[in-house]
This record gives sequence, structure tokens and C-alpha cells, in this order.
Amino acid sequence: MRSYLARRLIGMAVVIFLVLTIAFFIVRLAPGDPAALMLGPEATAEDAAVLRQQLGLDQPIFVQYLKFLGNAVRGDLGTSIFFKQPVTQVLLGRAEPTVFLSLFSLTIALIIAVPIGNYAAYRRGSFLDQASISTAMLAASVPSFWTGLMLQRYLATDLGWFPASGYGGPDAHFWERMRHLLLPSIVLGIVNSALVLRFTRASMLDILGEDYIRTARSKGMGEARVVLRHALKNAAIPIITVIGLTFALLVSGAVVTERVFNIPGMGNLVVSAVLRRDYPVIQGTLIVVASLYVLINLLTDLAYLLVDKRVRY
Amino acid sequence: MSRTSSAPVEARFLDLLFSRRAVLLATIVLSVVALLCVCAPWVAPDDPARMSVRARLTEPGMTYWLGADAFGRDVASRLLYAGRVSLGVGLGVAALSSLVGIAIGLCAGFFQRLDGPLSRLVDAMMAFPDILLAIALVSILGGSAVNVIIALSIVYAPRIARIVRASTLVIRELPFVEAATALGVSTPSVMVRHVLPNIISPIIVQATFIFAYAMLAEAGLSFLGVGIDPSTPTWGTMVNEGRQYLDQALFLILFPGLAISVSVLALQLIGDGLRDALDPRLAKDL
Repeated sequence: MRSYLARRLIGMAVVIFLVLTIAFFIVRLAPGDPAALMLGPEATAEDAAVLRQQLGLDQPIFVQYLKFLGNAVRGDLGTSIFFKQPVTQVLLGRAEPTVFLSLFSLTIALIIAVPIGNYAAYRRGSFLDQASISTAMLAASVPSFWTGLMLQRYLATDLGWFPASGYGGPDAHFWERMRHLLLPSIVLGIVNSALVLRFTRASMLDILGEDYIRTARSKGMGEARVVLRHALKNAAIPIITVIGLTFALLVSGAVVTERVFNIPGMGNLVVSAVLRRDYPVIQGTLIVVASLYVLINLLTDLAYLLVDKRVRY
Repeated sequence: MSRTSSAPVEARFLDLLFSRRAVLLATIVLSVVALLCVCAPWVAPDDPARMSVRARLTEPGMTYWLGADAFGRDVASRLLYAGRVSLGVGLGVAALSSLVGIAIGLCAGFFQRLDGPLSRLVDAMMAFPDILLAIALVSILGGSAVNVIIALSIVYAPRIARIVRASTLVIRELPFVEAATALGVSTPSVMVRHVLPNIISPIIVQATFIFAYAMLAEAGLSFLGVGIDPSTPTWGTMVNEGRQYLDQALFLILFPGLAISVSVLALQLIGDGLRDALDPRLAKDL
């Protein structure tokens, strides 16, 4: 167990090191002078020279790379060109809506998809099973921004059930801000429920085919007990995997959904950063999100240990 | 006579593929959409760029089948021309990411020394959410259709690479590969002529799904205004442009959204069908 943990931690460190390396070189891929690119066409050569020096771009690339790695390890992801603030601070300032949006939509996706997925597997081949698979495939095919705009128009503008957009203004109360996240969370929840549903259904199908279910049935155990006590208990485990899997989907979805509903989160920040050519912010977001992804996947694997007694590392 | 030897196999494959009506329907729908878009210059009712102030935001009707946008341009014609870009990008990404993924996956699966570094690189690439990495890449490469294809191929190639590596590790150990190596066939030739044909099924299936994901991602990028230059219409840009008129002219986002959804759904159905037809062992699990 201890050696497994050590191996996983080393593996994680290697992947995060590569993530940092990729994020560093992506920005250096840009053709031409990055400083001139960041400043835009109106900047003079002097401005570019000053920025180059500020960012350390006048040094050899290897020196820049080592400095970047050293700073990143200490939690310093550089300074935003637009906000003139440390990137970590800028990201933290925008984290609240994104974190809550992701949590709410994950909850909604689980509430929709887990019961339906399990039931569909239990009634395999039935009308409900086929309808749920088809709906899931449809949900995975419709662009999330389109679902968002349609629901915004009907549920918010026409029916007035939800705030149409924004985050309640700068002085809004916490609950007011959360109220603004309801519709975006529903949109993102619907989109993500497709993956959760397919996954839950597939793993429940596996479990229902297991020997111990057959044994339970052949002992004459009631069908309700077989499903509730034996199958569902083990079907809870894949939910952990799904949380790890949906993380990437949630972040991608949040970028688009925040833009649709004009929510000042990290997703909106990164799109604005692209339009402002604020490369340190883009780089910082990539690093933070990818590192979180790696960490969450490690945690979900470790959570297996706690939940599933059969798993031994 | 030589042609007939593979004909029954092909016929059986097609029978299997189209035995599900949904797959047949999806193939027909996607073919019709693709054909209409490719033939846009001949079938489009109007010039997609021609503006007409008087036709501004005209509802769908006899003159403008699917309405006219804020510049009085014909939505139906724009939809057909935009489809060429949207479908083209999807196809381009499916092809390019497959090529790159096959190269990386074969090398990782064949050369043990490369396996560690390449696999870790693939892991690291897959830690970035697709839209986020694509946004970063397009912002640096610039917003042309070719750059969007390159960016999305970088995003999706690791998925192919992972599948190719796993399959290569299995095939590499089989006697016919050993025999080929013993006969003095060069390693690149063994990889391309003996291993690749045996692992092509999962690649085709995955490439079909990547076609679908890439179309969704491209639409997302265009919607965010960080994809292909807005002067080139794509289905995503059309939704983005129509957004401002959400309350007055819903049809502006309705039709391009439907076009994306129908095409992506068709591709996913075809992908599912191909998976079952190419690997009958999997079919029973569905």
C-alpha cells in the first residue's frame, strides 16, 4: 500500500512536471516576439523591449524555463499583463462561481443519471432503457452553449423562473449569487448527466452479471433485497470514477456556460484573457486545471481503497 | 475472381452495421447533410455574403426559407456554406489526430525505451480539458481553419495514441509478428504492414467519435469567438452572431444549433454501430 502510494505520487509529480513543461512551451510556440504579441499592434518597440525584460524574455530559453519551473513550484504563476496582479490571485478571485457551478452541476448530473442508469440496467432492453440511452446520446450531441441559450430564452426571459444572466452584481448576497448559478448548473448538469448515465448503466450491467448476484437469487432471496443490498452497494463505487472522469468535462462545460450566462468565473476569465492576449493568465489556468485533474484522479483511485474492500494495492 | 474473396466479408460487415435502423438512418442523414454542404455553390438559394438591409431579421418564409440574419443575409445559404467548414474541420481533425496518434502509439507500443516517456506525455496532454487546451493553442497559432484543425488534433491525438499503444502491445507478441521479424522484415515495415492492419478497427471507431467531438469543440471555440476568424461562417459562429437577437429572432440560433446536433448525433450513432459491427464480442454487451 505504502509503495503503491509512493509510486502514484511520483507518477503524479512526473505528469505535473510535464504539464508545466507543455504549458511553458505552448506560449513559446507563438510565432514572432511574445512581448509584441501580448502588447498588440499599437505598441512601440520600446514598450516591447521593457516587457521583454520584465518577463525575462531577453534571457536564454533554458534559463527562462528553469526560472518558470522554480516559480511554479513555489506557487508563483507569473503576473497578469491586464490586471497587473499575480496570476494566482486573479484566478482565486474568479474561483467561487466556477467551483460552485461545477459542484451544483455535478450534483444535478448524479441526481438525474444515477437512478435512471441503474434502473435502465436492471430493466435492460426495456422501453425505458432504450429511451434513456437515446436521450443520453442526444444530450451528448447538443452543444452546451445552445442548450444554455435555449433555456435562457424560455425559462429565464419568457417564464422568468431564473435570472437570465450575471452573478447578481458586486454587492450581491451569497444566496443571491447562488440563485444566479441555478440555471447554468441545470444546463451543465444535463450535459454531464449523459456520461454519468452511460457509465452507471454499464457498471450496473456488469454487477448484475456477477456470480454473487446469481447466488443471492438462487438462495431464494427476494428481488428487492438482491438489488438493494447486493447490487446497489457495489454500484456506488463507479460513481467515484465518474467524478474523476467528469472533471475535465465540467471545466470545458464551465468555460462555455459561464460565457453564455455572463458569469465572472475562471472560464470567462480565460476567454477574456485570450481576447486580451494575457498569456500568463492562459498559462496559469492551464496549469491549475490540469494539476487539479491529476490530483482528483489520484484521490478517486485512493477513494476506491476506502470503499471497495476487494481492491488491494 | 479475386474480388469475390473479400466480398462476403464486406457484405456481412455492412449487413451487421446497418442491421440497426438507427445506424442506417444516421448514415443517410449525415450523407445528405454532407452532400448538401459540399454542393453548396449549386444548391444554396442565395450568395451567403449578400446583404440586404430590407430583409433584416426576416422570419423563415417563402423568400428566405430559414430566415435572414441581422445583415439581411440568407440563413439557409449561410448554413450550407458554414457546414463545409464545420464538417471539414471535424473530418480534418479525425484524420490528422489519427495519423499522429498512430505514430505515437505504435512507437510507444513497439519500442520499450520510448514507452515510458511517450505514455507520460500522453497522460499529461490528457490532463488538459479539451476546450481549454484548444483555446490556448488557437490563441497562439491564430484563428484559421487549418490552425483550428492542428490545435484540435493536438488535443485529440493522445486518445488515439493510448488505444494504439494498448493494441500494439497485444499484437506485438503474436506469432505472425515474430515470424515476420524472423524473416528479416524491417521494424517499420512490421509496424505498418503487419501490426497496423490488425489494430485498425478500434482506431476507426475512435476516429468517428473524434470527428463528433471535434465538431462540438470547433462550434464551442467559434461560439466563444476564439476559433476560426468570424468572417468565415461556421455553425458555431452563426449561433454566436444570433445570440444578440435571442429574444427577437430565435431562428438565428435554432437552425445552426440543430445542424450541429443532428450531425454530431449521427456521427455518434455511426461510431456506436461501427464498434458493434467491427467487434461482435462487444455487441452483446449493449
